Amino acid sequence: MRASEIRALFAVASRPEVVSLAGGMPYLDGLPLDVIGEMAQHVIATRGTTALQYGSGQGDETLREQILEVMRLEGIEAHPDDVVVTTGSQQALDLVTRLFINPGDVVVAEAPSYVGALGVFRAYQADVVHVPLDQDGLVPEALEQTLTALSREGRRAKLLYTVPNFHNPAGVSLSAARRPQILDIARRHGLLVLEDNPYGLLGFEGDPVPALRSLDEDGVIYLGSFSKTFAPGYRVGWAVAPHAIREKLVLASESAILCPSNASQLAISAYLATCDWRGQIKAFRELYRERRDAMVGALAEHLPRATWTVPDGGFYTWVRLPEGLDAKAMLPRAVTARVAYVPGTAFYADGQGADHMRLSFCFPTPERIREGVRRLAGVISSESELVDLFGVVPGDGGTTIESPSPDLA
Amino acid sequence: MSPAPGPRIAVLAGGLSHERDVSLRSGRRVAEALRGVGMEVSVHDVDADLVPALTELRPDLVWPLLHGASGENGSVRDILELLGLAYLGTDPRASRIAWNKPAAKTVVQRAGLGTPRFVTLPQSLFRDLGAGRVLEAITTHLGLPLVVKPAEGGSALGVSLVTRAEDLPRAMVECFSYGDTAMIELAVLGVELAVSVVDEGEGLVALPAVEIVTDGPYDYDARYNPGRTEYFTPARLEPGVAARVADAAIRAHRALGLSHISRTDLIVDTVGAIHFLEVNVAPGMTETSLLPQAAEAAGYHLGDLYRRLVLSAVASSSDRR
Repeated sequence: MRASEIRALFAVASRPEVVSLAGGMPYLDGLPLDVIGEMAQHVIATRGTTALQYGSGQGDETLREQILEVMRLEGIEAHPDDVVVTTGSQQALDLVTRLFINPGDVVVAEAPSYVGALGVFRAYQADVVHVPLDQDGLVPEALEQTLTALSREGRRAKLLYTVPNFHNPAGVSLSAARRPQILDIARRHGLLVLEDNPYGLLGFEGDPVPALRSLDEDGVIYLGSFSKTFAPGYRVGWAVAPHAIREKLVLASESAILCPSNASQLAISAYLATCDWRGQIKAFRELYRERRDAMVGALAEHLPRATWTVPDGGFYTWVRLPEGLDAKAMLPRAVTARVAYVPGTAFYADGQGADHMRLSFCFPTPERIREGVRRLAGVISSESELVDLFGVVPGDGGTTIESPSPDLA
Repeated sequence: MSPAPGPRIAVLAGGLSHERDVSLRSGRRVAEALRGVGMEVSVHDVDADLVPALTELRPDLVWPLLHGASGENGSVRDILELLGLAYLGTDPRASRIAWNKPAAKTVVQRAGLGTPRFVTLPQSLFRDLGAGRVLEAITTHLGLPLVVKPAEGGSALGVSLVTRAEDLPRAMVECFSYGDTAMIELAVLGVELAVSVVDEGEGLVALPAVEIVTDGPYDYDARYNPGRTEYFTPARLEPGVAARVADAAIRAHRALGLSHISRTDLIVDTVGAIHFLEVNVAPGMTETSLLPQAAEAAGYHLGDLYRRLVLSAVASSSDRR
């Protein structure tokens, strides 16, 4: 099944009749929309000539100062000059890749990895090499082995792309103990670390684990975002980079988009200045924890033959299907049963992952999540029967990255 | 003086089938083309709002541009009849037969058209008789290469070309993920053609055949991604063959009792024999679809063609009453 076919199947996922466990959309009904509306109106009424004008290529200075406050929650100390505001952290991902990657260069990424990043790496013709992760995130020994093997082959990796917190799609986090080890390995192999952290503040228990960037100022480019903790519609993310890189990021961003949206930046700046954004994040955490509980509860009840990760935060769980099933081949049946998920192959650059699927619990209500998993159980049981009948082994997923549309990524 | 109001058209697009995306694109294209020639068009999805919307709107004509399942198998058309609304295209009974590939092949075969040998097998049969035995019987008695497709469905979803017996089980799994019944057909090598038939009120007209040349199978991806497929319109056929191909499409349209519009997929083999593959009562109308390509190649302005089809359908429905 090819990429466009998967996209076509996703076309029904946004319909209300379908329980979509595919999307990565935050649950915006949890926001005080009346307050945010008034605030946006106030920004235009009082600062309209700035909000609707071109702005700085690096981003609004006040917002950059406020971003420092947000990052401090994860132990990051930086200067406003180190921050580059971008159109979602996705644009920062694109800019960093554009600066560092020539066709054929190696990018090391977790196995699995964020589909939107794989799409960017592919667009710049990077060669993505996956390194396994486990319950505690990226495995240091495996990273070391991979990098050693690469250099033995005469290929040097340039970037290590990692989502250390509440991984998309795997749902796991890099343990505090492993963080310095990973940074040490990267340093020894001359590898720049690209830390993508949209979910870090959405942990369900305990305080956030210190960011990789908090442990290493020079070897890490940090990407942050307001998309998961506030509102993706504003498209505001940021990068924190060592000085020399940051200058180049600003120039690259200016040539791509001139400047990030002032209207969005000022709206977010006003939100951070006047609303209880910490309280909002706490409310989101409670909400998503309840949904996570609904998800893992329903999985335990309905899918006893599958296994899954139990995330301590974020939006996703990563489910391994019963032996012999191919998540991509099963998708048409799921769509017929009015439930959608993202097949695991989307999260690999090399065709692995057919035996996994990503289920998200961020958007549907707990009742809908339970209903979706119940439908999925029927789908899995019919598909198992079919596979038992014909005795096929799951095939290679091919090397096309089937990236779902943004509301699914 | 303002001109007399024309008919109000309701285009149906979307639905929950696997071809929702294609249908939405078809619907948008047709609606734009009709608006471009001054017609009043509304576009509706197929969901819980549809019946109330149509009941309130009472359009003069409904154009179902739904692909897959309820859109093409007659059931949405049944509802339109129930509501007493005129629509463009084939009636529910004939749609149901055309939609089911084995049934359609049987009908056109009786009308004297050739079609590749095939068997129609539900999943339960493989369970009851043993999958291995059935597959072996298929490759032994039907031969190779084979095309495996869901008995019902469009846009080549779930379709595989099987050249080696060991690939057959995987093809069956992919097919049964889309539906409970598979049609396994002997693959005929030759020139792949699609012939659209339209009725503007003055008899059936076959548009020039479109010849489809793909690198690899003409699958979903090849159909809807510009560049993967090369189309030749009109097809590179001898005039005599082109005339026989046009005639075959019209005969299939007639034998199946279709109305207003259809697209027949055919293969002309190496000795010039024509093989009917399948027919569509709601042919795709996207920017890469075959019917619009054929119409443009024949010198039609799409908006004008669609308008005449609409007017002809409105006229024939008032004749029927």
